[in-house]
Amino acid sequence: MYSLYANVIAGGVLIGIVYALIALGLTIMFGVMRVVNFAHGELVVLGMYIGYLLWLSLDITPVMAVPLSAIIMFCVGYVLQIGLINRFIRRPHHAQFILFIGLALIITGIHMLVFGPDARSIADPSSFETYEVFGLRLDAVRLYGAAVALVMIALLLLFLRYSSTGSAIRAAADNQTGAQAIGLRVNRLYAVTAGIGVACAGVAGTLISPIFDTQPYLAGELTLLAFIIVIIGGMGSLMGALVGGILIGVSESVAALLINPAMKAMFSYGLMILVLLLRPQGLFGVKQR
Amino acid sequence: MNNATTRMWGGLAIAFFAIMAFLPVVTSDSIIAVLTLIMMFAFFGQAWNLMMGYVGQLSLGHGLYIGLGAYACAVSVGTFGLSPWLGILIGAVISAVVGAFVAWLGFRFAVKGIYFTLLTIAVAELGRLSFENWSFVGGNAGYFLRVAQDTHPLLSLRGGTTFYYFCFLVLSILGFWGTALLIRSRLGYFWRAIREDEDAARAIGVRALRLKILAVMISAAMTSVGGSFYALLSGSLFPDTMMGMRFSIEIIIAPIIGGMGTLFGPIIGAFFVIPINEISNHAAQSMGIFGLNTLIYGVLILMVIVFLPDGIWPPVAKRIERWMKGGASS
Repeated sequence: MYSLYANVIAGGVLIGIVYALIALGLTIMFGVMRVVNFAHGELVVLGMYIGYLLWLSLDITPVMAVPLSAIIMFCVGYVLQIGLINRFIRRPHHAQFILFIGLALIITGIHMLVFGPDARSIADPSSFETYEVFGLRLDAVRLYGAAVALVMIALLLLFLRYSSTGSAIRAAADNQTGAQAIGLRVNRLYAVTAGIGVACAGVAGTLISPIFDTQPYLAGELTLLAFIIVIIGGMGSLMGALVGGILIGVSESVAALLINPAMKAMFSYGLMILVLLLRPQGLFGVKQR
Repeated sequence: MNNATTRMWGGLAIAFFAIMAFLPVVTSDSIIAVLTLIMMFAFFGQAWNLMMGYVGQLSLGHGLYIGLGAYACAVSVGTFGLSPWLGILIGAVISAVVGAFVAWLGFRFAVKGIYFTLLTIAVAELGRLSFENWSFVGGNAGYFLRVAQDTHPLLSLRGGTTFYYFCFLVLSILGFWGTALLIRSRLGYFWRAIREDEDAARAIGVRALRLKILAVMISAAMTSVGGSFYALLSGSLFPDTMMGMRFSIEIIIAPIIGGMGTLFGPIIGAFFVIPINEISNHAAQSMGIFGLNTLIYGVLILMVIVFLPDGIWPPVAKRIERWMKGGASS
């Protein structure tokens, strides 16, 4: 019995780290540009399809596909930001929402056109491998996924902290006008930020492609998942995304075991509503005003 | 807006609805079925527009109220054998109470802007999940209404294509008229003051909290009534299709494309969006192409929000007004 719970919790932590990467993409875009990417789940699904396609055509396992997926998704984010989102930075929130709903529908539509509504799964033998670690039985895909996600998160934090572009992005996040005044090209920094945010979503998608069956309508759930995590952790907080992701990963796994797999999302929504009411800025968020 | 223009728009609205009422005489059933959908989405759009267009509160969880109205009415009729009218009333009251509760929770704790929107999503999804796991209303397997007995359509509220067309036409007329009355009242001015600048409105003594809650209640009750009629029309209810996220998003597309915060916007938007959706859906099904309608929907929304930020109606209205005035002076 003990080992069952330990296994479930460990599995939850591992998937939670990948969730954290999804949420990180959302939170970094919000933190820097105050833009809420409502098409985030769709971009995760795009990453899943990239993983699926590379496995199908070139027989590359999703973990190996991550670098390529990251580059592709970075470009997607960069282009979207330059082409569309930059015009909406100063528009009201609802206009931004509508922009992203439009984008989300377009991406889902393209997914449907290209791949159809059927679920696609990666039936690679490596998807079923398990490892025995400290007496726990862990899925190889989850273990690799979490490891890659952790590396991505660490690289991202180092980039934001120590690189000059990273400092410039932080400056633009703190004070847009000031950043412009000292000669930073804010629009370009925003595009890099969006590229990073979308790359996070895409890489996470590629990592979960062997775990969940890929289908276009998964996007809505993933968007909501990202929002739940970010709200619990605090909008714009990188630490919050990490803690929130693991929290939701574990609570989903435990709820699926204890109550009913269909009800696992209910628990997350309940948690989110609680946080919204009691601490709207999230666990790690800074109160605005 | 002065009296002459108000009268002009009123006249235009009456003429429009009169034509709409006359249409079943000259068109076929299949066109009436599409027009029914148009009127239904126009009405849902009006309900949502009241809250978003006039009070500035973005809800992405209105599917919840559609579902509550739908299930309240269907269960009243199907399980308890009550009159559908009573079911509609019960649904509207439940939705208003739920709406008031969500709004109170949110606004009380100063949950604003996008956080409020996310709260509406979370509550709606929670509602959907509860209905999916609630065996009394059929859960995931759905709830089905029996075919109506031989009573007068106005008693059983069950009828043919034309009957439901008139139901939704009447609803959208009432929605149009009700919205017009509300926004010309004192309340309407307060609402718009809140929309423009809530802190300023509060500072001059507008009781923003209760007025916002009131707006959510009215909007929720209206949506619920539309949901009840939709349940009677379709006869089968599933939590995912009746109160899912997708429905919540579908109903806001027409008012956004038509023009938020305008009386004609939701109707114009529905006339624009629903036929496109029907045609692309039809094309997708007959040719086996999935996702085409979703893609077209998305492109449309994107085009409107990028090129016509206020929607289709405001620029058109301006032109009509100028043309009318020019005609009067010359």
